[in-house]
Order: sequence, then C-alpha cells, then structure tokens
Amino acid sequence: MQNLNWLLKMAWRDSRRNRSRLILFMSSIVLGIAALVAINSFGDNLTQQINSEAKELLGADVELESRSPFPDSLYQFLQDENLQLSEERAFASMVYFPKNGGTRLINVRAVEANYPFYGAIETTPISSAKTYNKNQDALVDQSLMLQFNISPDDSVRIGTTIFSIAGEINKTPGQSAITTTVAPPVFIPFSKLEGTGLMQRGSRINYKLYIKFPDGIDDQKYFNEVLKPRLEKEEIRFDDVEERKEELGDAYSDLTGFLNLTAFIALLLGCIGVASSVQVYVKEKVKSVAILRCLGASSLQGMYIFLIQISIIGFIGSIIGAAIGSSIQYFLPQLFADFLPFEIELSFSLPSFFQGILIGLLASVLFALVPLLQIRKVSPLNVLRSLGWGKTSKASRFVYVLVVLFVFGFSYLQLDSLKEAAVFTVSLLGAALILMGVSRLIIWAVRRFFPNNAPFATRQGLANLYRPNNQTLILVVTIGLGTALITTLMLSQDLLLDKVKLSSSENQPNMVLFDIQSDQVEEVVEITERDSLPVISEVPIVTMKLHSLKGEFVDAIKEDTTAGVRNWVLRREYRVTYRDELIDSETILEGEWDGRVESATDSIFISLDQGLAEDMKVGLGDPLTFNVQGALIQCYVGSIREIDWQRVQTNFLVVFPEGVLEEAPKFHVLLTRYEKVEKSAQYQQKVVSKFPNISIIDLDLILKTVDEVLGKISFVIQFMAFFSIITGVIVLIGAVNISKFQRMQEAVLLRTIGASRKQIVRINFMEYFFLGSIASLTGIIIAILSAWGLAYFSFETVFVPNLWAVLITYIAITGLTVFIGLTNSRSVVNKPPLEILRKEV
Amino acid sequence: MNQILAVENLSKTYQSGEKSLTVLSDINFEIEPGSSCAIIGPSGSGKTTLLGLCAGLDEAGTGSIILDGKQLEKLSEDQRAAVRNASVGFIFQSFNLLPTLTALENVMVPLELLGKKNVKPIAVDLLEKVGLGDRMHHYASQLSGGEQQRVSIARAFANQPKILFADEPTGNLDQETGETIEALIFNLNKELGTTLILVTHDTELAKRTDRILQLKGGKLIKDSASATSEKA
Ligand SMILES: Nc1ncnc2c1ncn2[C@@H]1O[C@H](COP(=O)(O)OP(=O)(O)O)[C@@H](O)[C@H]1O
Ligand SMILES: [Mg+2]
Repeated sequence: MQNLNWLLKMAWRDSRRNRSRLILFMSSIVLGIAALVAINSFGDNLTQQINSEAKELLGADVELESRSPFPDSLYQFLQDENLQLSEERAFASMVYFPKNGGTRLINVRAVEANYPFYGAIETTPISSAKTYNKNQDALVDQSLMLQFNISPDDSVRIGTTIFSIAGEINKTPGQSAITTTVAPPVFIPFSKLEGTGLMQRGSRINYKLYIKFPDGIDDQKYFNEVLKPRLEKEEIRFDDVEERKEELGDAYSDLTGFLNLTAFIALLLGCIGVASSVQVYVKEKVKSVAILRCLGASSLQGMYIFLIQISIIGFIGSIIGAAIGSSIQYFLPQLFADFLPFEIELSFSLPSFFQGILIGLLASVLFALVPLLQIRKVSPLNVLRSLGWGKTSKASRFVYVLVVLFVFGFSYLQLDSLKEAAVFTVSLLGAALILMGVSRLIIWAVRRFFPNNAPFATRQGLANLYRPNNQTLILVVTIGLGTALITTLMLSQDLLLDKVKLSSSENQPNMVLFDIQSDQVEEVVEITERDSLPVISEVPIVTMKLHSLKGEFVDAIKEDTTAGVRNWVLRREYRVTYRDELIDSETILEGEWDGRVESATDSIFISLDQGLAEDMKVGLGDPLTFNVQGALIQCYVGSIREIDWQRVQTNFLVVFPEGVLEEAPKFHVLLTRYEKVEKSAQYQQKVVSKFPNISIIDLDLILKTVDEVLGKISFVIQFMAFFSIITGVIVLIGAVNISKFQRMQEAVLLRTIGASRKQIVRINFMEYFFLGSIASLTGIIIAILSAWGLAYFSFETVFVPNLWAVLITYIAITGLTVFIGLTNSRSVVNKPPLEILRKEV
Repeated sequence: MNQILAVENLSKTYQSGEKSLTVLSDINFEIEPGSSCAIIGPSGSGKTTLLGLCAGLDEAGTGSIILDGKQLEKLSEDQRAAVRNASVGFIFQSFNLLPTLTALENVMVPLELLGKKNVKPIAVDLLEKVGLGDRMHHYASQLSGGEQQRVSIARAFANQPKILFADEPTGNLDQETGETIEALIFNLNKELGTTLILVTHDTELAKRTDRILQLKGGKLIKDSASATSEKA
C-alpha cells in the first residue's frame, strides 16, 4: 500500500513537466473511443427499439406469405382458432395519373381495413389512413406524389380502375425510406382488387395473411405450440415477431458491426499513436529510471511509475471519449434516418459507455506496455555512462501476442466470423511488418548509397534518417499504418459502390415491358415502332413447375434428404421461353442445341443453365417432367449452357425448342431502348393507358435510384472515415511532435555553431519530406494491395485504384508531415538557443 | 571480515564483437567502515568501472565484491537495488537529478523508497544544511551546476548511507564552487560517520582522504595503505 502510494506520488510528480505530451497521448485515445461508443450506443438503442417495436414493425402477431393462394383448409383452421385475419395481395404494376399522364411501376398493396393490427400507416392527412378503405380510395407514397406533382385530391388509375387519392403515405409498418424509394407503395382497398382486372393476367402476386392473436393468451407459447406446427406442415412461409426482431437485428448489427470496425480502426490508429509516443517518452526517461534504480528503486517500481501515468491518461482519455461518443450518437439518426423503418429515440447507453472506457483503458495500456516493459531492463549503470536500452525481454514478446489477440478478439466481436477476423488481424500485422521492413531498408539504403555531393541541407536531412536516435522506424510505421488504414477504407468504399453500380451502356436495352398477353403483342410492337423505339427483343414466357426428375416425383425427392437435390429447384415456378436459336449471352458447354421439334411424337430436348443442372443433379439425357398449368410435358436434358447474367438480356434457366409450347398459356416480354426521358414517359403512357396490365421497368430509373441509395450509404461510410482521418492526423501530430524532442538538441547545437535559420528549416524540411513520402507511399501501396485483395476475394470484381485519390492522399499526408514537422522546429529556430537548452534538460 | 567493502580478485572484461577489452584486472582491496578513500588514475584507467562495480550498479565481472556484508555477484539486480537503497549514497560528476522533480522531492525519494513516513522535514533539514533552504521547490533546470550538486549531496546523505560513492563530484564545476562542494562532502561525511569512496583525478583532493588507490590501465598499481604498512 505504502508502495502504491509512493508510485502514485511519483507518477504525479513526473507528469507535471510532461503535461502537454501526456495530453497528446490522450487525444489519440479520445477520438477512437468516441467513435466506438457512438456507434455502440446507437446500435444498442437500435436493438432496444427493434425489440420494443417489433409488433408495430410487423403490423401483426404473425405474417404469412405465399406465391399462390393459401389453401382453404388453412383458412378453416385459422377461423376455428378464432384468430383475427387480414388479407393482402401485393404485386408490381403500373400506376397512371390521369392529371398529367405520369406513369411508373409501383408496388400495389391491396389490404383490408383492419390492416395493420399494430402500429399504423402514417399519412397526410392523418385521418386518410382510417377512411380510405371504407371510401374505396387509394393511398399513394409521398415520393411518388412528389415525382409526378400529384396532390391529395387528384386521382390515380390502377389496372382499369380509377381511384381518388385519399392521402399520401409517409410511413408504413416495417418499411424504411430506402425500400419505398426502390418500390413506392400504393394502397388500395382489398375489395376493389378484383375490379382492377390485374388479378387474372399473369402478374406475379404475393399473397399475405396477417394474423392477430386473441387477447389474453401467451403469444409465444400459442405460436410455438399451435400455429407454427400447422404452418410448417402446410409449408407456408411465416414471419413472427421474434423472427422479425432477429432479422432486423441481424441486418442492423451487420451495419453497426461494419461501422464499429471503422471506429476500431480509428482506435487502433490512436493506439499506434500511444505506442509510438510512449516509445519515445520512455526513451527519454532512461536516465531518470537509472537514477531511481541507483537510489534503490526496483526494476518493477521504475516501470510502474510510467505505467500508472499512462493508465490514468488512458482512463481519462477513455472517459472523455466515451462522453463525447455518447453525445455524438445523437447525430447518427439523421445519418441513418433513411435506412430505418422507425424513428429512433435515443437514450444514454450505460453498457456502451462502460465498454468504451474498458476498451480504451485496455488498448492504451496494452499498446503502451510494449515500450514500457523495456524500462525494466534499464541498467542503473546509465547514471555513469549512456548505455540506452536493455534488450527486449520475453515479457514484451508476450505483450506483442496480447496485442495481436486483442485486435483479433475485437474484430471477431464486430465481424462475427473467425475467418474475417483472422484476415483482418493478419493483414494489419502484415502491414506493420512491411512498414518495419521498408524503414529498415531505407535506413540501410540511405547509408549505403549516400549522395555525398548533394547540398548540405539534403545531406543533413537524409543523414537524420539513420543517425542514432532516428525516428525513421517509428514514424514510418505510424504514418504508414495510418495511411494504409485510411486509404484502404477509401478504396474499398469505392469497391463497394462500384460493385452495386450496373452499367447502362449504349445499345443495351434500358426498358423492359412484361406481362404482355399474347393477344396484345402485335399492338404493343406497333406502338413501339410508331414511337420509333427499337424492339430489341420480344420473347414469350410460359410458367411451369417441376413435376418429376429422373422418373422420381418432386414430392418424393423433397422427403428424401439423401438425394442432394437443392430445394429451390423443386419448389420454384419456372419461367421458360422457347426459341430456335441461342442468343449471344449463352454458350453451350455440353450436348447440342436443337432448336425445333418437328412432330408431336418426337422427344423434346431442352437446354438447362449450368448451375441449375448442378443443383438438379442431372446430366445430358436425363428425363424431367414439367407441369404446365395442368398439362404434363415429358422432356430430356439436351444441352447445358453457360449464361452471362451481367448482360441486360432476357436470360432463362430453362429454354425449350420451338414446336412445343406455342399453345400453352403465356405472356410476353419486350425489350427496348429509349434515349430521352420525355420520350420514355410518352411511350409508357401510351402503352399503359391502352394496356393497364402491362408493367414497364425503366432500368435507367432503377439505376438512378440505386445511385441515390448508394450515395446515402457512402455518406455514412465517409462520415466514419472522417473519424479515422481525424484520429490519423492527431496521431501524425503526436508522432512528429515527439520526434521534435529528438531533433531539438541537434538543431540547437547547429544553431549555436552558426547554422542559419533557413538552413535548419531546410534540413527539417528534407527529413520530414523523406519520412512522409516513404511512409505514405508504403502505406498507399499496402492499401492498394489490400483493396485488391478485398476486390479479388470478397467482392469478386476487378480493382482499378483511383489514381487521383492516391495522389491526393500522398500529397496530403506528406504535406501534413512536413507542415507539422516545420511548425515544431519553429520553436527551435525562433528562440535563442540557450533558452531551449535549459528547458530541455 | 567486518569491512564495509571488500574486493577480491576483481576483473572486468567488455566484449564487443570479437574483440574483448579487459578494463579491470585482478583488483584486491578492503575498506574499513568510517574511513575515506580516493581512487585516482588517468582517464580511461577504469575508475568509473570500478566504482560502478563496487556500488552494485554493473553486472559483476569475475572475482567477488562484498558490500556491507552482502556478496554482490550473488544478488539479482533488484536485490542489489535494495542494498543500494539501504546502505549506499551516490554523488555523480553530472549531478543526475531527476529533472521532473523539485529539489526537495529529489531528496525525499530515497527516504520514500525506504518506506519511511514523514520524510519532508528530514529532506528540508538536509537541504538547509547544504545551503539551499530557499531553493527547495525549484526544478533541476532552474538551478546552477553547483546548486544541483548540492541537492545531489543532500540526496546522497538522506538515507544515512553507510558508504558514499562519489564519481568526480567536482569535475563539472569551477574551482571555487568545487571547493565548497568538497567541504560539504567531507563535513557531512565526518558528521555522519559515513565511509567515503571518492573517484577523482585531482591529487590535492585525494590527499584529504585517509587512503589513495591508484589505477592505471585497469590495474591497481599503488595502494597508500599498503605503502604505509610497508613502511611501518
Ligand atoms: N560498456 C562498455 N563497453 C566497452 N568498453 C567500455 C564500456 N564501458 C567502459 N569501457 C571502457 O573501459 C575503460 C575504462 O573506462 P572508465 O571506467 O570510464 O575509465 P575512467 O572512469 O577511469 O575514465 C575505457 O577504456 C572505456 O572505453
Ligand atoms: Mg570516469
């Protein structure tokens, strides 16, 4: 106890003359922790909100979903159970606004008046959500109203019915702004659905049934014991409150996990800052430690004094960081607003606050320990002559291991994947080793190939890179790692965004008309050509289901778990086309393509997509039977194709030859391309007003929407990167600042023996310019390597580094290094040498 | 065997790469408690090395050193530190004050390390004895060389050491200041009955001690004690 008291006292005494530097360590920690705590608190609040609002998000206790009508037996069962039900049919269709002819593909939701059971459709005017169903009106998404300049007393046509618009939709249960931008909803009364004429005509319909449990029962128990077994038996997809919670939780924990990792990078930068500044700090303390040893302090006591200092600083820094983080989180909702299906109410998160402090303390102590441990090895003989450091001990190797474990552990916590965490940790380690290697190499190379004829300042600046007490290793590793982390973040953000970006190149179709009935084809083609738009392709589509595979019935295969046939191939509805030739996005891998069946008695040879054949476990010649709306068609695998899905084409998993499906019920798809937006609008208007059942997808509009969404995502990412960059800058200031103490004496001596102010500035400029360049270039190269790795292994795309970003990073980091370095040396240059010599004793 | 310091067959060799440099070879001497002794010799003769070894600051070479009854080469660094704290005081050529501590705190540290309570009055008393009563709260950088050395003398005597090692304590000072420092050391030494080992190349200063050991090239070439004993 006595001992601890003395250590605390010494730590305090010693800190008095080092305050400014200790504050610098602190600032490195503060930002990292702030980012971490902000994200964590926000995530915490998000989870809580999801938990408390799960019912409102679902709108019911259970939601059933199906691609086909629910069986009558199920209705019977649900009614017998005395459950409240609400039906919905949802499908994509065109809306048409008679006021100005605007038309667009939207998500029609025909719901009953009692939807939702929990929560509400938020509308303007508020009352319209309650009245639209009774009044047989429609509710229209606000973005759609805005786009077409529609007001609540206008009308909208869906299918063949014209609805008055009762109000605009601001929010629907479970939908975020992002989902409604992609597919804006229009609500119509369930009873009016039949009248639109959209039900019969080939539209893909989503059947939904919302269920509310009777009051006063144990929801969870009832669901698990009564409802769930029945639904599973009927093979009906369902979403209950618990499941929805999990889904949402998973989705947002992915998001916050990623952001957390970014925050962690900020923290790691901070830690690197701590480690390198403590390294130099401790070096300067060698003499003091030796004196203490001489006076009889033990090797551990010497170390504890500084460990206490760093821990306290780390602790204070973490508290400040956690406090800042807890307040920053209040700005995050604005950032995420569009991604969330509810308005988030934030409160202070105690667990995140404490977790932040703990991590901050742990990180700062751990990273500081690496240099601190060397204190134990300082020989008291240093009081008699300068010997410097002892050797690195076993203990410091142990600390290195702990540091790696810490990084690994934390990244595992955030990424939830051992493999990813390992990759992250190993990459970081690799980067650090590369930087160390590079700085060693530079030190060696400068010495070996020293330019003896270079100007004085250049020679001095270069020599500073390898002279005793040089900062090359520390600065190159610190600045380099910082540059690498931030640049990787920037480059991989580009990757992420490029990945989602589809290219709409010239001559590719950018408009798709589907659900065209056979008797409408001719006229649609005519309208298209009259508008001088090209009919790039027009293909018939027949929907069918798989009936048997290699002689075995699909139902039997489903039961047979050993068959190895993937479930999706058994259940799905196949959309099949027929034609006599291949298109240019297809290549035959096996077998032969035979485009025509001559007589009804001939065997039918079809062509399968490579992946489908694999999942079906079929090869050339294997028989399959399809059920085409009641009629069974027996056919054989005639060929297997590879399809380039990247091309905007009408690609099909299954292609039939001509001469088989011509008479089957079918619809058609037409691909065209427009150049001008007005033209597209006019064209869509013509088609839709004539044929309300036809849906039109405007690919350019989708691309634009995707761009918008990506813009929002990238803003979130940039916001986080900003944190890392700020931390990086602070680390840089710290790192360069500590090197000032190393160069001070020398500069003063140079001044004393008559070097001019200009010469000293030049020497410093050269040194920091070399250091900054080496570090940032190496960092950038590492970043490009890791971004390439990410592109190749994770995103499976080709990576082309953004050269401008790279150049700007190089200039910025090097510039900053030089700037901070020179700012520091000003104190040497502008004051009389004696003053500095005295101060720095 | 009740000598405060006994050095027997002491040699020290530095290994640097393939070359080895013998800095001290086969040194033998004993020091009686309460006596004073000067180690003299030209620069590079091994005086500082010898002092460092005797005080337990350096890893031992071959041979044995017994300091205050403890055989140093058998102790770990931390055990030697405890011996230093309990029985040894130091004064250095380059003062070696802790730069981040005030004069007063510098003097308090050895006492605090011993675990003593209420050490401030003792430190104040000592600082007043060396004539720095009014500079107690100054940092090293705010003191002149002579003043710093006086603080380090106060510090050296703080734990009432049985033996005091001084390595050229006046080497960095002008003659006048040096003389005051010398006077201080000798006076306190007498007053407290401390043994004094003084490294110097100032023969005048050396003459004030009871005994002179002369080193040259790492060998003990002359011991005034044995010289007198030979005469006797
Ligand atoms: N750590 C060391 N490694 C190698 N040689 C050393 C070391 N320390 C001292 N020496 C050498 O030992 C010799 C004696 O040094 P020192 O004891 O300082 O002499 P003095 O104090 O008498 O001037 C010198 O030649 C010096 O170069
Ligand atoms: Mg010497």
